[in-house]
Amino acid sequence: MKTIAPLLTVILLSLLAYYGTNSLGLQLLFGVILPYLALALFVGGFFFRILDWMQSPVPFRITTTTGQARSLKWIKQERFESPSGFWSATGRVLLEVLLFRSLFRNTKAEISQGPNLVYGSSKWLWLGGLVFHWSMLIIVLRHYRFFLAPIPGFLVILDAADGFLQITLPALYLTDLLFIAALTYLVARRWFDAKISYISLANDFFPLFLLLGIGLSGIWMRYFGKIDVAHVKLLMQSLISFQPAVPGPIGGIFYVHLFLVSVLAAYFPFSKLMHMGGIFLSPTRNLANNNREVRHINPWNQPVKIRTYAEYEDEFREKMEKAELPLERST
Amino acid sequence: MTSNPPAVEELKQEIEQSSNLLTGKVPDMDWHQMPVKKHDGRWCYPAKPDVVKSLGFPNPRKWKVEEEDWELPENWEQIIFEGMRDRLKRFRSFKLFMDVCVRCGACADKCHFFLGTGDPKNMPVLRAELLRSVYRGEFTLAGKLFGEMVGARKLTPQVLKEWFLYFYQCSECRRCSVYCPFGIDTAEITMFGRELLHLLGLNINWILEPASNCNRTGNHLGIEPHTFKQVVESLVEDIEDLTGIEVEPTFNRKGAEILFITPSGDLFADPGVYTMMGYMLLFHHIGLDYTISTYASEGGNFGLFTSHEMMKKLNGKMYHEAERLGVKWILGGECGHMWRVVHQYMDTMNGPADFLEKPVSPITGTPFRNAASTKMVHIAEFTADLIHQGKLKLDPRRNDHIIATYHDSCNPARAMGLLEEPRYVLRNVCNNFHEMPENTIREQTFCCGGGSGLNTDEFMDARMRGGFPRANAVRHVQENHDVNALVCICAIDRATLPPLMKYWVPEVSVYGLHELVGNALVMEGEEERAEDLREDEMLEIEEEDE
Repeated sequence: MKTIAPLLTVILLSLLAYYGTNSLGLQLLFGVILPYLALALFVGGFFFRILDWMQSPVPFRITTTTGQARSLKWIKQERFESPSGFWSATGRVLLEVLLFRSLFRNTKAEISQGPNLVYGSSKWLWLGGLVFHWSMLIIVLRHYRFFLAPIPGFLVILDAADGFLQITLPALYLTDLLFIAALTYLVARRWFDAKISYISLANDFFPLFLLLGIGLSGIWMRYFGKIDVAHVKLLMQSLISFQPAVPGPIGGIFYVHLFLVSVLAAYFPFSKLMHMGGIFLSPTRNLANNNREVRHINPWNQPVKIRTYAEYEDEFREKMEKAELPLERST
Repeated sequence: MTSNPPAVEELKQEIEQSSNLLTGKVPDMDWHQMPVKKHDGRWCYPAKPDVVKSLGFPNPRKWKVEEEDWELPENWEQIIFEGMRDRLKRFRSFKLFMDVCVRCGACADKCHFFLGTGDPKNMPVLRAELLRSVYRGEFTLAGKLFGEMVGARKLTPQVLKEWFLYFYQCSECRRCSVYCPFGIDTAEITMFGRELLHLLGLNINWILEPASNCNRTGNHLGIEPHTFKQVVESLVEDIEDLTGIEVEPTFNRKGAEILFITPSGDLFADPGVYTMMGYMLLFHHIGLDYTISTYASEGGNFGLFTSHEMMKKLNGKMYHEAERLGVKWILGGECGHMWRVVHQYMDTMNGPADFLEKPVSPITGTPFRNAASTKMVHIAEFTADLIHQGKLKLDPRRNDHIIATYHDSCNPARAMGLLEEPRYVLRNVCNNFHEMPENTIREQTFCCGGGSGLNTDEFMDARMRGGFPRANAVRHVQENHDVNALVCICAIDRATLPPLMKYWVPEVSVYGLHELVGNALVMEGEEERAEDLREDEMLEIEEEDE
C-alpha cells in the first residue's frame, strides 16, 4: 500500500497532464496556470517554513561533537568535528551539505557467531545520496538554457562536461544516467532493506517516484520522443518574463514533465523535502562547541527557585555544628 | 514480576539465533498497529507520590505500569498538546527534529538498545516517530488531511504507554545523532518526550528520588552533611593505611582557591571510592588549595533526565556555593552527564559567573581558555596539563598489573569532545593500554546500557542487552590483549559497567581514570607500596638504579 499508492498517484498525475493537453487542450492550465501556482507555493511555502523554524529560538548550545575539542594548546583539535568558532562551524555545515559528512561515517551492524557484533563499512547510502543530489543540482542548472538567451559561459562548460561522452545524438548526459541509477537505488533500498522498508512511509516513496517520473519524461523527450524545443523555449521565456503565452504544439510528454515538476514544487514545502532548508538550521551541527568559553544566551531563560545554602543550613545546622562543619550562623 | 536477565549462555544463544528486524526479518505488522508489549526487565518503577510532590511535578499519584489504567488526569490529551505547543515555540531543536527526518535509516542500527533487543521501536528513527506521528496528526496540515498515509496518528492511552516504555529505553547517549545527516538528536526527542510525560505525572522513581534527595541534602543518595564528612574521612583513613600519607580535604571552607565537585557516587560506591582516593592523593601531591562542599556535594544532575527546569534547579547550587565560598573557580570530577550539564547548559542557565575568575592552574599557570566563561574545569584537562608540564612524579609501573582499555563515556565524547585528555593521562600512568575497535570508541562509543537514569536493578534485562555492544568490544580486547581493566571517566559507568562486565566479560574490572593516577603517584614521604588503592597486589617493580 505504501508503495503502490504513491506509484499510482504519479502515474495518474502523468496521464492527467498528457490527456489534459493532448485531448482536452488544457495547455494554458498545465503550461501556465499550474506552473505559476506551483512556483508561488514553492517560494512562499519554503520561506514560510524557514521563518517558522527560525521563530523558535535555540535556547541551548547542544552541539554533537564528533572529534577532539579545542582544549589545551598541545592537544590537536579536530576543527570540523568539534568546531570552536563561527567559521569552523560553517565549515562543518558545508561539509555536511556538500559532501554528506555524517552519512560517510555510516556502518552496518551484523551479528555473527559468538555472538559477535561486527560493524561493516556501509557507504552505499552516502554514495547513492550524494550522486542523486549532485546530479539533480547539475540537471537543474543545465535547464537554464531553456530560460536564458544567451546562455552564460559557465553553463556552456557545465553542459559540455556533462555531455562529454558524446555516445548518442543528442549527446548523452552523464547526470541523466546517474540520476536514474541513484533514484532506483534509493527506491530499491526502501524495498529490500528490512529496516528501511519497515520505517518507510507512503510519503517517502512519493517524492522518489515523482522524481523518477520527472527524470524519465525528461529523458524520453531528449533522446526518444519528438518535441519542439523552440516552442519550449518560447513558453519558458514567456513565463519568466511574466508575459505568458502558449506557443504552438510541443507534445504531451513535455506537459507531463512540466506538470510533475510543478507537483514537486508545490509539494516541497509541506513535506520532508524541506530537509534542504532544515540542514542549515540543525543546532547539533551548526553551533560551535565553545560552550564553556563563550556564554550562550537563552532568550527565555526560565526563572527557577533553587534550594539555597541558607535553607540547607537551617535544616542541618545542629548536625553540621556537631560535625564541626563551618556555619554561616551558629546555633 | 522478575526483572532478572536470562543466564548469559541463554542470552548469547538468543542473540545468535535471533530473527528480528536487526537480522533482516520484517515484522508481520506495521509498527503503529503493533500492540504495546511490556517486557519484564525493560521498564522502571513509577516515582512515589511524595517524591513527585517534593519536586513540585504535577499529578502525583500511585499508579502501576502493569495495570491497564494509568489514572491519567481528565484532560490529559489537552495537557500533552499544550505541552507540545509550548515546547515547539521554545525549542528550535524540537520543531526541526519533528520535521526534517527523511527516514534514511542511517541511525537504525546505531542504538545499543536496538542492537541488544532487536525491538523495532528501539531504532532511533522509530523512537522519534512515536512522538512525530502524534505531532503530525495535531500540528501539520498534511497530517490532518492525509492521516496515516503521511505517518500521522492519534494520541491514545496506548500511544502514551509506548512513550513511557520507549523514552525510558533511551539513555540519551546521542550516538545516533553522530550518524544522522541532519544531526537529529534522539536525546532531545527523549528529553521532550519525558517532559511531556511528567506533565501527566508519569515518571520513574530511580530518577526522581535522587533528584529530590539532591535538592534537599545536596547529593543523590540523600547523605546529610555530617555523614558526608564522615565518609570522606574514612577514605582519608584508607589512604593513610595504604600509603602512610595523610591527605587533608576541607569542607565548606571559605577562601579556598578551588571548589571541587564530583558525583557522589565517587564517595559511596565501589569502585568509585578508589577514584575519589585518587583525586585526594593528586591534590595532596600538588598542594592544591581546594575545598569540598556538603551543600553542593553532587556533580551529577538527574534533573537532566526529567526537565530543563529541574536541571537548572539542581545545577544552580554549584554557582551559588562557589559564590558563597568565594573560590576562584570550580574543578569537576569524572562524570558523564554531569559534564553534559556543566558544559552545555550551566553557563546559559545559571550564569554568568562573574564572581569567579577565569580558571588558571595554580600549579602550572596554564590558563584553561576553553573554560573562560563557565569557569569550571574538567579534572582530565587539569591532570593532563599537570603531566604535560612535568609537575607530577609518576611511576606507571605501579599499574603494570593492569592491562587497560578505555571506555569513552557518552557525554564527554559526544557533548564535549573530551577525547585526548583522558587518553594522555592514561598513557602516562599505565604502561598497558589497548584501544577497543574504532567503531566503538571516541565519538562512536557505546553507552554502558544504564545512562540517563536507567541504572536501576528492575531494568537489568534491558541493561544487559543494551550493554552488549559495549561488552562485546571489551571482549574483543580481552581476548586479543588480555585486557583486565576497563577505565572510564563517569560515575554512572562505575555503577553500571561492573555488573555488565560480570555478566559478559567477567575477566575485566572497572576503574576510574584517577584511581590509576592515584596508583602511579609517587608521594613524598610515602611508605613502600605493594598494593594499589583497591588493595590488589601490584607486580613487583625491579629497581634499575640506586
